[in-house]
Amino acid sequence: MNDACITFSNLTLGYDSHPAVHHLDGVVEKGTLLAIVGGNGSGKSTLMKGIIGMLRPLGGACTVAPDARIAYLPQQSELDRSFPAQVRDLVSLGLWPKRGLLGRHGAQDRETVLNALRAVGLDGFKRRPIDTLSGGQLQRVLFARVLVQDAELILLDEPFNAIDAKTVTDLVALIKHWHGEGRTVLVVVHDLDLVRENFPQALLLARRLIAWGAARDTLTPENLLRARRLHEAWDENAPWCAPGDDVHDGVCVGRQEAVQ
Amino acid sequence: MTGFHDILIAPFVEFAFMQRALLGALMLSVSAAPVGVFLMLRRMSLTGDAMAHAILPGAAAGFLLYGLEIVPMTLGGLIAGVLVALGAGAVSRLTIQKEDASMAAFYLISLAVGVVMVSLRGSNIDLMHVLFGTVLALDNDALTLIGLVTAITISALLFFRRALIAECLDPLFLRSVSKLGSPVHFIFLGLVVINLVAGFQALGTLLSVGLMILPAAAARFWAQRVETMCLLAIGISALSSIAGLLLSYHAALPSGPAIILSAGFAYATSVIAAPRGVLMTRLPKTAHRTA
Repeated sequence: MNDACITFSNLTLGYDSHPAVHHLDGVVEKGTLLAIVGGNGSGKSTLMKGIIGMLRPLGGACTVAPDARIAYLPQQSELDRSFPAQVRDLVSLGLWPKRGLLGRHGAQDRETVLNALRAVGLDGFKRRPIDTLSGGQLQRVLFARVLVQDAELILLDEPFNAIDAKTVTDLVALIKHWHGEGRTVLVVVHDLDLVRENFPQALLLARRLIAWGAARDTLTPENLLRARRLHEAWDENAPWCAPGDDVHDGVCVGRQEAVQ
Repeated sequence: MTGFHDILIAPFVEFAFMQRALLGALMLSVSAAPVGVFLMLRRMSLTGDAMAHAILPGAAAGFLLYGLEIVPMTLGGLIAGVLVALGAGAVSRLTIQKEDASMAAFYLISLAVGVVMVSLRGSNIDLMHVLFGTVLALDNDALTLIGLVTAITISALLFFRRALIAECLDPLFLRSVSKLGSPVHFIFLGLVVINLVAGFQALGTLLSVGLMILPAAAARFWAQRVETMCLLAIGISALSSIAGLLLSYHAALPSGPAIILSAGFAYATSVIAAPRGVLMTRLPKTAHRTA
């Protein structure tokens, strides 16, 4: 029996008291590779922010295993590409959890950074100014930073947007490698075929949970159709959600069990 | 050689006020230039300008109560600057309003209050002094103050260097690994304020921001890394100070504007001739590498 890495208990996240993730229950066990799927505005990024703790729940709780180091690659990066930094400077930020504010970056740390660049296929890029990188190269650099962070829990929010096929293949291989090392990896993905082929588990969101289980069983046409119907509804003056309301009309299948 | 000596060295050897001015300006260069680098990289160059205006009412209050005395004017400026920085920073972090807007609102109010206060009592000459400073009349108190500010600034920059860079380069990343983001932002705003306050004795409220921004802006055209940029900015700032003081001495120009003009000249040169400037990036290049 694995331990829980993330536990959602009746978790509601949102903005201005409008829920973006509504009454989510479930457990992500350590070592899981989980794809998070859903349309635009279905709460995927919000869920990521809730897990990392950047967004306080409107209700319920999201608990992450206390010892877990988290690496988070946001969808809307606030990275300033015009900042005078070289690739090695950006990747070295990933040393923060180990070295913190004042710890010296030693020879071994520099080696770690170089190895990470090699692993993402950017050998020889360490002195490149970051404003000369292409979109795909930058994404590889950010993956190298995640590598350097050496985290137990890795959250990647739409890492394959506007990335060419070759780069996606390389990055997916890296993600599988992390999975193989026993890390817990959550990835927001839009490409359903990519999920079916590469991800053991998937979680389908439409502001509330539609299905969660083995990827092929979760991404069935019926579930996808239900997700599409559900998540479009938006009402500025929606009534307040009271405890006891039937909010579980999405089928919560829990963790490993398949959807019938 | 005597001509060279007369023009460049003699003024600083012969006159104590020139030595004091040089010492003050060099210390300011070491302190304000790297602060300016981060101010610029955070897209807050104009915030520096706004802050310089914002410290006016505090300085004016000190001036109204105690006359042209450095300690009360400095303390007043410090308080006003911190109030405006904290107020504007808080509004932008707690509401949807961005920092440029909240900062503009706060400094405009502050500036108006300051001008009203100065005009309540002072003559125009006093107002000129507060606005444009007198680097040639730095007394011991002023030099001590500038030295203190320099020591605090350099220590703080070295200590928080990594957080400061992370907060500029990728603020969301810093938030995901550390809670230092907001504290570092406010510490940095504090550094901006104390450097402006230190600078206004020498250069006045309106020009103290010049030694902060111009060398930093010039350095951006030469450097690829932020550390190099800070060192370059300090060098440009120091050279501008020396050149400005000499210019002021030989041509009988007001010293503050002469220093800022020298920095402006360094900026213009960099825009045109530096590796990342206008010329070098526009030159047609026919040769290229194989990869």
